[in-house]
Amino acid sequence: MSSWLEHLIAKSSEGSAGKTGLWRTFKPVHNVEKCNRCLLCLYYCPENVIKVYHHRFIIINYEYCKGCGICAEICPQDAIEMVEEEE
Amino acid sequence: MRTLLTGNYAVAEAVKLSRAKVIAAYPITPQTTIVEKLAEMVEKGELDAEFIRVESEHSALAAVYGAAIAGRRAFTATSSHGLLYMYEMVWWVANARVPLVMAMVTRTIGPPWNIHTDHTDLLTMRDSGWIISMAENVQEAFDLTIQGFRISEEVDLPFTVGLDAFQLSHTAEVVEVPDQQEVDEWLPERRQSYKVLPGNAVTIGNIGPNEYTAKLRYAMAKAIEDSRKVIEKADNSFGEKFGRKYGGLVEEYRLEGAEYVVVMAGAWCGDAKDAIDRLRDEGLPIGMMKIRYFRPFPKEEIKRLEGKEVLVVDRAFSMGYMGIFGMEVSSVIGDVTNVIAGIGGVDVGVEDFEAMFRKFASRKLQRLEWWPREVFS
Amino acid sequence: MSLPMESILLPGNPACQGCPHALGLRALSVLENVVLVVPAGCTTIISGVHPKASFSVPVLHVPFASAVAVASGLAAAYKQEGVEANVVVWMGDGAADIGFATISGAAVRNEDIIVVVSDNEAYMNTGIQSSGTTFWKAKTTTSPGGKSEEKKDLAGIMLMHRIPYVATASVGYLQDFVNKLRRVSEIRGFRFIHLHSPCPPGWRFDSSKTVEIARLAVKSGAWILWEYDGRFRISSPSKPYKDETKRVPLEEYIKTQGRFRGLSGEDIEEIKKKVEEQWKFVLTMEKTFK
Repeated sequence: MSSWLEHLIAKSSEGSAGKTGLWRTFKPVHNVEKCNRCLLCLYYCPENVIKVYHHRFIIINYEYCKGCGICAEICPQDAIEMVEEEE
Repeated sequence: MRTLLTGNYAVAEAVKLSRAKVIAAYPITPQTTIVEKLAEMVEKGELDAEFIRVESEHSALAAVYGAAIAGRRAFTATSSHGLLYMYEMVWWVANARVPLVMAMVTRTIGPPWNIHTDHTDLLTMRDSGWIISMAENVQEAFDLTIQGFRISEEVDLPFTVGLDAFQLSHTAEVVEVPDQQEVDEWLPERRQSYKVLPGNAVTIGNIGPNEYTAKLRYAMAKAIEDSRKVIEKADNSFGEKFGRKYGGLVEEYRLEGAEYVVVMAGAWCGDAKDAIDRLRDEGLPIGMMKIRYFRPFPKEEIKRLEGKEVLVVDRAFSMGYMGIFGMEVSSVIGDVTNVIAGIGGVDVGVEDFEAMFRKFASRKLQRLEWWPREVFS
Repeated sequence: MSLPMESILLPGNPACQGCPHALGLRALSVLENVVLVVPAGCTTIISGVHPKASFSVPVLHVPFASAVAVASGLAAAYKQEGVEANVVVWMGDGAADIGFATISGAAVRNEDIIVVVSDNEAYMNTGIQSSGTTFWKAKTTTSPGGKSEEKKDLAGIMLMHRIPYVATASVGYLQDFVNKLRRVSEIRGFRFIHLHSPCPPGWRFDSSKTVEIARLAVKSGAWILWEYDGRFRISSPSKPYKDETKRVPLEEYIKTQGRFRGLSGEDIEEIKKKVEEQWKFVLTMEKTFK
């Protein structure tokens, strides 16, 4: 590939803005007990960092989660709590 | 086949023979009949292409940009205010290094409204990275259009063919039109350095470090520099194939032994050549260096004029300085005599050129003069 | 619920916290063979910093007013070559303002493309300036005393182009938006979706409230979800609010946002009248295109 092409064409990649988890001031913490696995948190996560495994386990990718808090707001079970990040 | 065609129809014919696949344009006099003809060809099935009837020139160039970046040979045409309206896209297409061809029928810029030729519009493209060619006659407009696709696709830069309003666009001349097979043999399949296709997750034009912009511009500067050779090669091989070779970036006319040299471009070169013939008959050692390509600028060729008396006849003026060609030529060889004429389509015929060149040879022209002097004083 | 589990927008992108565009772009994941055309706007930034790109689909950045025309050219080329593609223009209300003639032209030609205007009701990327679709009375940096002009009904105008598909949508109702995109994928020709996208920094609310505020807009009747594909229908999330008495008071919507701070009772009455006029228009369309 000509070198100028490398300067014009960007490649698909996670973390195009770096580790956006560092933006967080509050961290969503998932409570398995309260969760009814409706997956609204996943569907409405703007960052696409919530995944479900085996139809059961909700995993939040804190490397990139910006801590917007939409998941906690939308959860009908109050199963996600926003906890202040420590320094 | 020899046939009678106007400049605009000749360009349309060349686009058809180049197998353009997407055409988008918005009408503007004097360009309109190019795209009318192409629309007719598409409608009749003579040309297998998509014709997009866009709502503006900005969209015309945007649409052919989209088509070209998707990998298809694409063409548009415009003129004057149309070019100014699409100006943003002019730069975008070049900076994205997307090959395509646009015919630019040169027309003055208003107000007042005026549909006749001068070169002010075309020369606003100067710094944008387009390869800018200018035709002297209908045959040359035809030939440059076909060559344009090959050159553009070889260097990943857009290509424009300038042809003067009415003097070329609407004037019928006998043109040698090759058949499809001959053109196919000379013009290779479309090539380009990258395409945007579904499934290929690349992003074109993301924000990035400033150095990347600088490096892209440097690569572009190098590409247009390298295009000199590509243009020359194309001119040569076209000449071998079709019997018409023009000389690359410039055409030399009666330069042997010339002490006085006229530098100019466009349709009026024909009349100026006639004037040169008359003066040569009288024994005046005068010739012409016709500029065929404004960009890349023929600096090496112009340099050969050092030590001669040089008159640059301009059909465009850079407000606050001098004629645009005059300024470019003097950047290579120092002071030149610069005549500004034919602005707004004012007729300049053989007699005018004869009188002008006579005055030039007898050193009666000012260094910068609007022609004829008595009208502009 | 049948919403996409993944997004074409990858994690770790530059979008603000709680960005509505990011939510809208999630929904686009239901479309196949997407080529995304992006004019200047927030998504220019969201797309990432070179050499990385935030999208898992091809993206072409283009000048502001050119997007729909570039998309027309791409679609023409793909058609010529027999390439299966969904050419999607993803633009903001700014690009829709400056490029309106381009949208209209492509609509008239019935180009085979999808245009989504993700409308955050101001020019956010340049710092919250008033746009054609800025809500009545909303404060922006160019309307610090509140917008005094009309709010343009973009989807309504597109409806009048008689294109195959027009809809409004909301990032608060992703299922509805996804349903509409699925419908869009079954239709060819010019398809237009006007997506309501509440913007936390631009409207001055907390990033966690994007969905809630988007829903309040619908529940208060300030944003009406509808769909036209030859027939005009009010979409299910908005249906209950045809009955004015079922609506949440407009004040509930307005008070959630800093952009409306300091509105007088008179202002609010004026807005209510505008909202009422919009309902009248939508209900008339429903009757007209049964």
